[in-house]
Amino acid sequence: MRFLTDRKRAEGRGAAKAGTEHHWYMQVSSVGLAFIVPAFIFVFGSTLGGSYEEVTATFSRPFPAILTALVLVFGLQHFSKGAQMMIQDYTRKSTRKVLMMLVIILSYGLTAYGLFALAKLAL
Amino acid sequence: MVEFALPKNSRIVTGKTWPKPEGATNVRKFQIYRWNPDDGKNPQLDTYFLDMDKCGPMILDALIKIKNEVDPTLTFRRSCREGICGSCAMNVDGINTLACIYGLDEVKGDVKIYPLPHMSVVKDLIPDLTHFYAQHASIMPWLETKTNRPAKEWRQSIEDRKKLDGLYECVMCASCSTSCPSYWWNGDKYLGPAALLHAYRWIIDSRDEATGERLDELEDPFKLYRCHTIMNCAKTCPKGLNPAKAISEIKKMLVERHV
Repeated sequence: MRFLTDRKRAEGRGAAKAGTEHHWYMQVSSVGLAFIVPAFIFVFGSTLGGSYEEVTATFSRPFPAILTALVLVFGLQHFSKGAQMMIQDYTRKSTRKVLMMLVIILSYGLTAYGLFALAKLAL
Repeated sequence: MVEFALPKNSRIVTGKTWPKPEGATNVRKFQIYRWNPDDGKNPQLDTYFLDMDKCGPMILDALIKIKNEVDPTLTFRRSCREGICGSCAMNVDGINTLACIYGLDEVKGDVKIYPLPHMSVVKDLIPDLTHFYAQHASIMPWLETKTNRPAKEWRQSIEDRKKLDGLYECVMCASCSTSCPSYWWNGDKYLGPAALLHAYRWIIDSRDEATGERLDELEDPFKLYRCHTIMNCAKTCPKGLNPAKAISEIKKMLVERHV
């Protein structure tokens, strides 16, 4: 039992003065991904069923390689920030912190892994 | 935190069925949530029957008739009976609304009445709005000025006054906040649609001189950014207001400060 006033409970620790950059990033990346993801699906789809040489030849060209890198970097950052919002919505305390760390690690890990694979194909 | 099931002592059980009115031909069934903090029992759903030929047209009329003629222990808040005081907010037929302005003819079949969702219950249909009111107070719902008070009045153009339409009409009934899943899961920190609508009402007021401070106090991942614009608040508002739009306007103002 803590004898806090109602106002003290409502005020909490005050405002974090944060969140707007996260919100703006999600808005901008949503619009950007709406364009680059369909283009990536088209490029990726065109390589399906091709030989190893054909696939490496496609991803050695600047447009498919840069497009794939953009999807990896911005797509996974968007995923990371979106998942963090979901975690903030539905979890609390230590679970929240642990899950947020895991999502950040996962998104950076997948980005690095994807970029490495792309570099191997493209270079 | 998200909860998928009610705690054991909050699970609703079947309650008492009250007798049908004698000689009535136009009878309607009402199922009403009952909980008494003094008896230690689980909440129950009592069943009442009313003669609709002798009942007013609104949900509140039916509740008052039940209290006066059937079960005087039924407890609910009410005052103005015309949608101004916001006291009689409750969940009718799955919709948060004001019982005084929600017609019985708007409900198909049996009438199910519960208190506002995901709030602590004081008794029967009365939710505990203590935290909700404290959150409202925290957004400083008054005119903040720094300039010396003018001799006559703080002037405002007709255009600036029009910006307050759709905002000042809020009666703080809590229907919107208690329809919002973000408020259910994080109501301790998230201010909710009602408080944020009021916050925007003062941010947009041309006479207020604390716009920056007000925005500072809202810039928080939990106080403001738990809103994901699912629009439950606008859909349920018994006054036809749009808190989601007000929240979006606050977000736009914060983005404009940054970009």
